[in-house]
Amino acid sequence: MQFIRPTTWSEALQAKADHPEAWPVAGGTDVLVELNFDRRRPEAVLDLSSVGELRPWTREDDHVRLGAGTTYTDVLRDLPDLLPGLTVASRGVGSPQIRNRGTVAGNLGSASPAGDAHPPLLASGAEVEVASVRGPRRIAIDDFYLGVKRNALEPDELIAAIRVPVAPGPQQYAKIGTRNAMVIAVCSFAVALDPVRRRVGTGIGSAAPTPRRAVEAEGFLTERLDGRGLWEGTGPLDEETLTRFGALVAAAAQPIDDVRGTAAYRRHALSVLARRTLTWCWDDLRARREAA
Amino acid sequence: MSGASVGPRGETPVPAPVPETAPTPLVVDDGELVRGRIGVSAPRPDGTLKVEGAFAYASDLWAEGMLWGVTLRSPHPRARILTIDTSPAVAMAGVHAVLTHADVPGRKTYGLEHPDQPVLAWEDVRYEGEAVAIVAADHPETARRAARSIVVEYEVLEPVVDAEWAMTDEAPRLHPSGNLLRHVPIRRGDPDATGDVVVRGTYEVGMQDQAFLGPESGLAVPDDEGGVDLYIATQWLHVDREQVAASLDLPPEKVRLTLSGVGGAFGGREDVSMQIHSCLLALRTRRPVKMVYSREESFFGHVHRHPARLEYEHHATRDGRLVAVRARIVLDGGAYASSSTAVCSNAACFAVGPYAVANCHIDAYVVYTDNPPCGAMRGFGAVQACFAYESQMDRLAAALGMDPIDLRLRNAMATGDELPTGQRVAGPAPVAELLERLRAMPLPPPAMEGPRDVRELPGGVSNATHGEGVRRGVGYAVGCKNIGFSEGFDDYSTAHVRLQIAAGTPQADVHTAAAEVGQGLVTILGQIARTELGVDDAVVVPSDTTVGSAGSSSASRQTWMTGGAVKMACEAVRADVFSRVAERFGRDPTQLLLRDGRVVDASGAPIVALAELLGDDVVEATAEHHHRPTFPLDPETGQGDAHVAFAFAAHRAVVDVDVELGLVRVVEIATAQDVGKALNPQAVEGQIEGGIAQGLGLALMEEIQVRNGLVRNPSFTDYLIPTVLDMPPVRIDVLELGDPDGPYGVKGVGEPPTISSTPAVVAAVRAASGRPLTRVPVRPDDLVDPALLEGSR
Repeated sequence: MQFIRPTTWSEALQAKADHPEAWPVAGGTDVLVELNFDRRRPEAVLDLSSVGELRPWTREDDHVRLGAGTTYTDVLRDLPDLLPGLTVASRGVGSPQIRNRGTVAGNLGSASPAGDAHPPLLASGAEVEVASVRGPRRIAIDDFYLGVKRNALEPDELIAAIRVPVAPGPQQYAKIGTRNAMVIAVCSFAVALDPVRRRVGTGIGSAAPTPRRAVEAEGFLTERLDGRGLWEGTGPLDEETLTRFGALVAAAAQPIDDVRGTAAYRRHALSVLARRTLTWCWDDLRARREAA
Repeated sequence: MSGASVGPRGETPVPAPVPETAPTPLVVDDGELVRGRIGVSAPRPDGTLKVEGAFAYASDLWAEGMLWGVTLRSPHPRARILTIDTSPAVAMAGVHAVLTHADVPGRKTYGLEHPDQPVLAWEDVRYEGEAVAIVAADHPETARRAARSIVVEYEVLEPVVDAEWAMTDEAPRLHPSGNLLRHVPIRRGDPDATGDVVVRGTYEVGMQDQAFLGPESGLAVPDDEGGVDLYIATQWLHVDREQVAASLDLPPEKVRLTLSGVGGAFGGREDVSMQIHSCLLALRTRRPVKMVYSREESFFGHVHRHPARLEYEHHATRDGRLVAVRARIVLDGGAYASSSTAVCSNAACFAVGPYAVANCHIDAYVVYTDNPPCGAMRGFGAVQACFAYESQMDRLAAALGMDPIDLRLRNAMATGDELPTGQRVAGPAPVAELLERLRAMPLPPPAMEGPRDVRELPGGVSNATHGEGVRRGVGYAVGCKNIGFSEGFDDYSTAHVRLQIAAGTPQADVHTAAAEVGQGLVTILGQIARTELGVDDAVVVPSDTTVGSAGSSSASRQTWMTGGAVKMACEAVRADVFSRVAERFGRDPTQLLLRDGRVVDASGAPIVALAELLGDDVVEATAEHHHRPTFPLDPETGQGDAHVAFAFAAHRAVVDVDVELGLVRVVEIATAQDVGKALNPQAVEGQIEGGIAQGLGLALMEEIQVRNGLVRNPSFTDYLIPTVLDMPPVRIDVLELGDPDGPYGVKGVGEPPTISSTPAVVAAVRAASGRPLTRVPVRPDDLVDPALLEGSR
């Protein structure tokens, strides 16, 4: 097994072009588990931890650009106001040690349907900046997940950064785990409200072959909020709207029975999480309006 | 100290018999407690090293020129081996040995009670993960690749995975003796007795794992004379040695075992794992061989807690007196016997719990299947029964409209009452007192209004609720279990103690073969020696097989048994010292004390310093501590004095349940437990909290999921154990009622916390959710309204 450790981004891209079979490693919190279990043995490992360009996050107008080396601990420390949905999701990732090492981009690289970062990135309409020696490109988060642990990266490409819109309104994330910390999601859900452009974003985790949005639920809620003029008001959401939203989220999932839970439970839990997270966001929005 | 004896007992050889001595006065006074005597929380000698990560565990062993051993395991739960072709592995560079069953020179099977498990499989494999071949290579990666290259041709058979079905005539016989490993019937009183009120229930317990944090590991080093030294993390050096020697076809003295650093055990290290394999490889290659299981392999490398199905019927009068209990308990023993027969006996003996019941009709069965082998785990048969009988007691209380504690109090066993086996409980049996104390403890305050930290809510940092759907519940349970080995087993422990002057200071060396597995025995043995010999300096030297057996670090027995042996050996040393004083100073040896390194008289006036008295002499003694004899159960009626002593604990759990999502957070667990005498109060608390964590784990999350004989979650990713956010504060009330049979009045502490904590948590979750919950661990699906789940299908 070859171990390649570039120190600059251009070296990294060249290495990936030369060794398209190489596994990129950032924090190693997924890769090392695979290696330790002896499940797969890559011919080469491309260690990105010395590539300085990947580490910082920056604000660019109405976006946060998360360099591919940005860890969950970085998000928790720096971005609770700018990216509240991703922050809540980051809090539930592994242990403090895992959060210190693990990166948001690593979650995308692994593309496990259970990754905690996916639902909030879907809900907030993120973009993935990827690059190769052929040049950079951007992939909309909707187009990024192709299948179980498969993403839209070409063999010579690396993730450079994730561009996430600064939250224009309340965002929430919730997951189900059968213990109260350090648990892989049985299922998870994120919602983001954009009162400026009057949009609703959603993301479902661990309940389909890939992370996915609940598009119909988004459409229903957007229409309902617009149609009834609720964006301007300060009242609570009615029970029927919440229930319908929850049902549509559950319907968007395509879960299976597995060692972590049953399909029926996942659907049920998603409907509950959808209702609750939407309520929290809406109450937050009402509070902001009342304060304004 | 009744129940203990000195000198030969039965056929057990004694290295150096100690003469009977008149009891000498205890050398404890308050002024000495601060110096690590018994009764104080003396610090662990290995504590700092463990906290700093510097403690050497068995997985850290290393020897010059050592090879790495790896095991090839069966991927099938049931198959016939047609051929094994090791040639691809043998041909690999760096491979030094590839061994199969044909290379086992001695007994080809091993086992704690019945040697029915192949060292390496030959005709049949009976569970997923059964060892088929072993490899030694100069690098672990090479060894793994070589093992993978071995070609085993299997005829795959349909596994027998249902214990009930395995007992029927239709099922294929998995062992020549048939599939029923043991049936323990207990018949007491009137078999037809009935009560005014009857409740029935069927309960299930899933397969729990010990989940010790240090996987199986050891290092075998061959000598030049055909013998071997094995450095090993185990629970019982001598029983390992017997089995290793038998399979190597060596006399026991050529197999020397030394305890290496043990990272937890909980019963899972009582059986042999890689002991025989590593020695086989070392003797074949004439090189040291190290074996370390990965976490995944560890799940296949040791026995688990027996899954159980328990059918119960409780009869009571209208005022809540138990009239009769009928129970049928089926334990899935898995592929091999391990300690299943004893687990089955315990499940039967404690099937009704700590209650006085005149009429009992109990049948406990343990059965061979093609599931993973099951054996010892903390609580040992009493855990499964306790979940069922305490669930039944709550069900009965509901049927009677009684308070669940009142019902338990009305039937609580007391000293002098009899078990269903007819054995009279002679020692303290403070069941009522434990329950009353629990009831008197204040409840934690109700949940606060307003925003709460999610870590205080079900789901924790997963952020699943901000209070929606959360209901509080409170549940109680009480349990009991035997201490030490039962049914006629001559249970004993050996200790050797030396008193000498080192650099002008008296020092006691304590040598036993007892396994420190994390429970703190090394601390206790030092405390006992310091107490008995009045010295500040006591060293517990490494455990090995050059001293007699200490028995197993299991059955909550080591402080009682090995602690007792150390006490006896110290008493013999002390008697020797006093006889020297008597001779030299003409003093009455019964009127002397040892204090602060000096011999003093009854008034405390110094007579002579030990340093002066002993000079270069070494005073030493070996003692064997046997507990009083126990007897087999009658095979027809299950009557008999099978146990030496009993321990009791009670638990109260307070939980918050998110009833819409089926998630649980335990808010607090309160416990009252009689420990006889707390030799080290902090260690007692550690055992109580740790045992409760394991009981909570069984209640809410810990299960090896087995489908059609295949383990689906052999990793800590999906075999969940409680984290710090799952484990609540524990309110502990320790009673020290003093067992008349135990040294200093001690009672075993390790297991009771695990037994009734599980049903207490489940009772609380039931109270919060209103769901029946007849199976542990409780899954979210079990807690959610079935109609809602149905609607989501």
